[in-house]
Amino acid sequence: MSAPFSWIRPDPHGIRILPANAWIDPARPVDRALVTHGHADHARGGHGETIATPATLAIMKLRYATSAGAIPVEYGETVALGGGVSATYIPAGHVLGSAQILLEHAGERVVITGDYKRRADPTCPPFEVTPCDVFITEATFGLPLFTHPPIEEEIAKLLARMGAEPDRCVLVGAYALGKAQRVIAELRQAGHHAPIYLHGAMEKMCHLYEDFGVGLGELRLVADTPKDEMRGAIVVCPPSALGDRWSRRLPDPVTAMASGWMRVRQRARQRGVELPLVISDHADWHELTRTVEEVNPAETWITHGREEALLRWHQLHQRRARALALVGYEDEDD
Amino acid sequence: MQHFAALLDALTYTTGRNAKLRLIADYLLATPDPDRGWAMAALTGGLDFPAVKSSTVRALMHERVDPVLWSLSRDFVGDTAETASLLWPAPATIDVTPPPSLDEVVGRLSAMTRQSVMRDLPLLLDRLDEPGRYALIKLATGALRAGVSARLARTAFALAFAVPIDEVEEYWHGQQPPYAPLFAWAADGAPPPRTDHLPLFRPFMLAHPLEETEVDLADYVAEWKWDGIRVQLVRVNGETRAYSRSGDDISASFPEMVAALPVDAVLDGELLVRGSHQGGESGGAASFNALQQRLGRKTVSKAMLANYPAFVRLYDVMVLDGEDLRPLPWTERRQRLESLMEHLPASHFDLSPLVEAPDFAALAAIREGARDEAIEGLMLKRRDSPYVSGRRVGLWYKWKRDPLLVDCVLMYAQRGSGKRSSFYSDYTFGCWDGDPDQGADLLPVGKAYSGFTDEELALLDKHVRQNTTQRFGPVRETTRSLVFEVAFDSVHTSKRHKSGLAMRFPRIRRIRWDKPAHEADRIDALRALIKD
Repeated sequence: MSAPFSWIRPDPHGIRILPANAWIDPARPVDRALVTHGHADHARGGHGETIATPATLAIMKLRYATSAGAIPVEYGETVALGGGVSATYIPAGHVLGSAQILLEHAGERVVITGDYKRRADPTCPPFEVTPCDVFITEATFGLPLFTHPPIEEEIAKLLARMGAEPDRCVLVGAYALGKAQRVIAELRQAGHHAPIYLHGAMEKMCHLYEDFGVGLGELRLVADTPKDEMRGAIVVCPPSALGDRWSRRLPDPVTAMASGWMRVRQRARQRGVELPLVISDHADWHELTRTVEEVNPAETWITHGREEALLRWHQLHQRRARALALVGYEDEDD
Repeated sequence: MQHFAALLDALTYTTGRNAKLRLIADYLLATPDPDRGWAMAALTGGLDFPAVKSSTVRALMHERVDPVLWSLSRDFVGDTAETASLLWPAPATIDVTPPPSLDEVVGRLSAMTRQSVMRDLPLLLDRLDEPGRYALIKLATGALRAGVSARLARTAFALAFAVPIDEVEEYWHGQQPPYAPLFAWAADGAPPPRTDHLPLFRPFMLAHPLEETEVDLADYVAEWKWDGIRVQLVRVNGETRAYSRSGDDISASFPEMVAALPVDAVLDGELLVRGSHQGGESGGAASFNALQQRLGRKTVSKAMLANYPAFVRLYDVMVLDGEDLRPLPWTERRQRLESLMEHLPASHFDLSPLVEAPDFAALAAIREGARDEAIEGLMLKRRDSPYVSGRRVGLWYKWKRDPLLVDCVLMYAQRGSGKRSSFYSDYTFGCWDGDPDQGADLLPVGKAYSGFTDEELALLDKHVRQNTTQRFGPVRETTRSLVFEVAFDSVHTSKRHKSGLAMRFPRIRRIRWDKPAHEADRIDALRALIKD
């Protein structure tokens, strides 16, 4: 028998599953890819086969306009990859379709989380703790200063500001896949039923969410709306559009941004954000460390983010951990 | 304390001046005494707690957080107070004591000593949430970083209680935090605090630009506009202070002026350094650059005093021997000033001479020559004008000489703030360091964000977006393709810029869409205009 976990190998462009000739979230086209979720830094186009949840495959089809080689896997379903490796897709609670992938080979269990969070999210099923030997985790918010407040508080701040500025609109910068739909769904849960106005780049993704049963209420496009109609309303756009010429068509917008980075005042100031909303689709520090304790693996591998601090935490708690130097993962806009 | 913390956070995220004024004014109206007075003190830099240092906060955190995790976090945030407020651990037992008021916070911080601070500061931190802890540490260690000047805070005070800003400025300087008499006056209509028995700053009278107006010299007198800094010397009961235009006490930087005033008076003049640069030998004043050597110093060496001797060229007298002369017409104040001159030492005071001319056209001709004299321009003062604070239409005018002009090439553009936040509206431009056709490069010489219309701004913004070569956060580098005709008042040597030059008051005079970039001016042309 070979050395423990020698069948799975971190490579700068992704995680390789050697006996099955497959990759997890590869950064370049490969013959066979297992994709955790639809964000562009994890889901790239051009693979021979793409094994993912139906929602993730739909998102990739929307983005790359092709579904060749798509192999859908439902949550809880196990697929045999060949070479004695099986993969089970488990909810990660990050965005619609997001999955952890449990790999089993010769009695060894490895969980790759992809990106995940532990908070309730009306747009996707919650993260499930899955016991394993090797736990491969992200660390986007892997510094102890990151504590995401309850989303209800942030949504209340947003609604309060909207109510206080009847002559302006509140323009919320939110990642076009996941964050935007979650913010809209949470606004609906908080009883805000007025139309919400969208940047054109979000329209199709919102429709895709609705096709998967996530109700988002009445959405209108900014491009189709006279300026005055948007006074006292909420407008959602990708973060890159906040300082863009596009925003000139809005009535004196209050610039808001929904992101875990908004926890740090200077980060908000640098982006010219007037209303920071600490809303993240990633685990905060306490959730990252609690998850490691609950999963209780023999070893943790850290894919991307603030890995130094999470490594230090493992050291302080006598846990084994290593950082994988993977390229291509981004986290700036979450 | 939570209200103050909320104000601080709101100010942090607000860029517009008017929005900041409204936030502070609303806070002052909604907050009781003495908390609002302490808040004004914090915003105007009027509080000091010597026992609490940034190192104190670090030491407290090292007792509570792993040092590696602390330093990784501190590096990420870039601010010790904010990192500490985010990482402060929740107290082990739930504290039933309510969060402290700002008044309680100030009282406890004042009572702390180097010995007690490590025990007492945590007790306060334990009672506050994250924004409260941030505000507490910022307040205790001095720098709020909320983008609010003392002047802005006092303007908000005036706005809140609908009192004149000039009166606020006049009374403010004699008061100590939490300014109970000021709030009693402004909010409750009590009589204003007395100011006549202390050497306090009085708001300056200021001038409007002359623009297209012509005035009759029968009604107006002319004086040179000297290029120093406006200064007010105040002596009351033998105690003397020197104040800058904004009301900052600059006595420590100019001890010889404080010692030289032999009478109780409030005098308005231009602070200058002896030299022959402005107005030739008879002008007796060095360039503004020489004066700059003396500014902003807390102590002044003997060499400084000898090499850059200061004096004041007097424009006006506001108070003399306890008598407020400000209601009198300028002609009467001028007479009182002229007769006062014989009691002042000529080593430290002279009188700003009047510029005589038979009519306005003759005066215009004299002004034309002002560039060679290295003077900023002319002042025109109505002969019957009382001394009133601020700018009043029709009383005083400044008639600056025409600006210098140079053709520069746009190099970098930065996004503006507020209404201009989606526009590239702040421009850095340069001149050629040699012959551009022989491969010479551009060196930045200045930055401007005014002098163009909204329509021109839209075109400039489009130009920047279409000609970007590199991006650095909010800054874009552009192709070297667009020429600005830049107007400025003067140019000086400066170590701050790579070109070794710094312009005063640069603004964009014309956008030369038509002019090829290689025909813009060279550094040498600009350097020839230096008159240091």
